[in-house]
Amino acid sequence: MRFSINPEMATQEVQPNETLTNLKAESDTLKTKLEDERAKLHDVELHQVAEKVDGLGQFIMKTRRTLKGHGNKVLCMDWCKDKRRIVSSSQDGKVIVWDAFTTNKEHAVTMPCTWVMACAYAPSGCAVACGGLDNKCSVYPLSLDKNENLAAKKKSVAMHTNYLSACSFTNSDMQILTSSGDGTCALWDVESGQLLQSFHGHAADVLCLDLAPSETGNTFVSGGCDKKANVWDMRSGQCIQSFETHESDINSVRYYPSGDAFASGSDDATCRLYDLRADREVAIYSKESIIFGASSVDFSLSGRLLFGGYNDYTINVWDVLKGTRVSILFGHENRVSTLRLSPDGTAFCSGSWDHTLRVRDRGYHLEPVTSATVCLILVSSSSCLSLMPVPSPFYFIRTASFITFGP
Amino acid sequence: MCDHQCFVYEIVKMSGSSNLVAMKKIVQQLRFEASINRVKVSQAAADLQQFCMQNALQDPLLTGVSSSTNPFRPQKVCSFL
Repeated sequence: MRFSINPEMATQEVQPNETLTNLKAESDTLKTKLEDERAKLHDVELHQVAEKVDGLGQFIMKTRRTLKGHGNKVLCMDWCKDKRRIVSSSQDGKVIVWDAFTTNKEHAVTMPCTWVMACAYAPSGCAVACGGLDNKCSVYPLSLDKNENLAAKKKSVAMHTNYLSACSFTNSDMQILTSSGDGTCALWDVESGQLLQSFHGHAADVLCLDLAPSETGNTFVSGGCDKKANVWDMRSGQCIQSFETHESDINSVRYYPSGDAFASGSDDATCRLYDLRADREVAIYSKESIIFGASSVDFSLSGRLLFGGYNDYTINVWDVLKGTRVSILFGHENRVSTLRLSPDGTAFCSGSWDHTLRVRDRGYHLEPVTSATVCLILVSSSSCLSLMPVPSPFYFIRTASFITFGP
Repeated sequence: MCDHQCFVYEIVKMSGSSNLVAMKKIVQQLRFEASINRVKVSQAAADLQQFCMQNALQDPLLTGVSSSTNPFRPQKVCSFL
């Protein structure tokens, strides 16, 4: 648990003789008490605390790989722990495993349904899970033999009564957590297909989930069309915290790397940060100019950066502490639907309705130059040189062997 | 007439008891949530900031990586004449 509980109060059973009126009165009292408690602790804003922190300065990211091969909208993607393989799923029912270094496709599976909204890589790297409009989550072991038909070894694990919106393996290949349009989340045993625990509490479709970093214990967070983000205890099935400040569907949730907070992206065009120990929203990432929903969010390794993929085809990069936008990334030609940081934090991959996936990173080491003016040497494609004085401060790109320019 | 009244009474009683069950669940959940010991935002924010600062140098997207160690280094290279 991320916080302590008053044990007497938490386990107080409702007595059989309590009437509906009494309970309703108590419910109202408790709700007011909760609001007052949360308000009392709201003594400062996150960005005020972070005022003394250095700003992030100029922020340039480059697309290093574009993965082309899907015939329709890319809906979901996940990285393998080996930091180079990616699994992605699309509207046309195809699930593809890529080597992101070489951009080669290593495996391809055709699902029996369209709109494969969820896919996940197993921690071992030996299997992938996926599902969507078939209301199921299926696991495909990845064979080293390229000719083997992956669909033959498919194992149906999860069964929901509506579409599968998200899935994730837990720490091992043995258990899968799923969320569904039927309003529930569920934990399944992969081998037997048995339902181990179900999580009820959302009042509408659950669209996303994320597992807490393993050091912080057995919890996960889910977000839904009821505008709520719920934190669950995986063992008991109980909802331990609930946050309702978004004004529309929550499309994506992701834990802060320390496990003490999580971010959400919503159709209300904002991303928000919720701290679990303060039990409240502590930051909103929004701008008047951003009017399209955020479909997908993820943090950088230190938690300083929040990447948000939006339905206006862009990716906005936010300074988590200061609440400001540090960069806006273009390139996709349709909605960004999915976005994830690579396991070692060196890059992130985004998938889009434009049928492609893009891998981006920061590129080069950047050092500030102290002299008053700097000359920038431009090398054009026809190899002629021109010199331009440039006002300082300017970051001089230091590489041993080459200088490149361009998109 | 009496049968109809009894039938309606049964329905009211049934929906009444399922409301009661639902209400009990809500109150139990609220009691649990009210029992959580929370920290002030100033404390929580300071901890979030500290985590960022401690891990900033190990964050490749903040520091950038040199192209020799970058696994996604560009596939094409222009040479400087």
